[in-house]
Amino acid sequence: MIRARGIEKRYGRRRVLAGIDLDVPLAGFVLVTGSNGSGKTTLLRIVAGLAAPTRGTLEVDVDRARMGFLAHEPLVYRELTALENLDLFGRLYRVPERRERIGMLLERFGLWEARGERVSTYSRGMVQRLALCRTLLHDPDLLVLDEPYSALDEQGAELLDRELDELVGRRTLVVSTHDPRRLERLATGRLALA
Amino acid sequence: MTYFADVAALTRKDLKVELRARDTLPAMLLFVLSTLVVFRFALPQGAGDDAAYGLLWVAIVFTALLGLGRAWVPEQEHGVLDGLVLAPCDRSAIWFGKTLATLAFLVAAQVVALPAFVLFFAPLDATALAGVVLADVGICAVGSLMAAMAAAGRARELLLPLLMLPLAIPLVVGGVGAAVSPEGERYLLFLALYDGVFAVLSWASFEYVITE
Repeated sequence: MIRARGIEKRYGRRRVLAGIDLDVPLAGFVLVTGSNGSGKTTLLRIVAGLAAPTRGTLEVDVDRARMGFLAHEPLVYRELTALENLDLFGRLYRVPERRERIGMLLERFGLWEARGERVSTYSRGMVQRLALCRTLLHDPDLLVLDEPYSALDEQGAELLDRELDELVGRRTLVVSTHDPRRLERLATGRLALA
Repeated sequence: MTYFADVAALTRKDLKVELRARDTLPAMLLFVLSTLVVFRFALPQGAGDDAAYGLLWVAIVFTALLGLGRAWVPEQEHGVLDGLVLAPCDRSAIWFGKTLATLAFLVAAQVVALPAFVLFFAPLDATALAGVVLADVGICAVGSLMAAMAAAGRARELLLPLLMLPLAIPLVVGGVGAAVSPEGERYLLFLALYDGVFAVLSWASFEYVITE
């Protein structure tokens, strides 16, 4: 589903990625590991189509409508409520039975009670849960998740564990983490960035 | 029709965000009113209506710049623009929605500012008002694109006026011409042509501004 060869990314004279090869088969789960500043976020942004590689080739066999991207930032409006944010993205992604899907995700991630509150009043962990809801809203075929456990408390992390358990083998996943212990059991492949 | 449904959803979102945050419209209102008050005292007696119409356009352009400078702030917070770019909607719908929302804020500021102008300075006839409306469309269409470009750079506050003011000169010429010239309709046509050309250019080029 994803095939990258010799990916290089430079910002001015600074080289962030060099000679990266990546193969992710359909329904595969590739873990991208590396320390802070190793280029994990940059690689995932390239895979998501948000950044272009300076050199190298990348093929992603999925339409952008079928991809879910969880970024470092939550990609939701601070002044809108959880419900309003998900409704906006649900419309833009043409999610069928949008209201039911939104309600189900908010329930599953423990945000139903806070659905009518503005995101600016949420804790960082709640914002991350909402970001996960936004990522999963359109039931994407390819999930690109950048440090999905960041800011989640233990309960939130367990919710995400359950969600990933359900997705493994049914969806293609590329997940970055600086702490691979939690996800190693699910991964079918691993790319370690220096 | 899906395209216009996306535009409507994005415009509604901008209006809702502004109604709650109240970051842009109150600042535009205060700015345009205080500018007109300063001009009232700065304009020498007997300067004539033509000078006043010129000052009105200074106030309009800088009020619009104030609004445009904040136009993409909600998208920059929490990186929302990336989320919109990844959505499968036509990316020009993002520009269209932002243009309509910015236009709504500018018109709302003018609903207060134009009566104040009439009170302080000179009357505005139908041609002058039509000039204001047409120039608003051009300012917001081009301005939303320029503001997106400026937002991607480091010195947003400096970059936006540098990009926008040269492009606003024809709009000021058209707007002032519509107010003071006996052939005001010709200036209206000029403004409509500007709007058409630059709206299409902005619509078509927006995708290249927001993607790498």
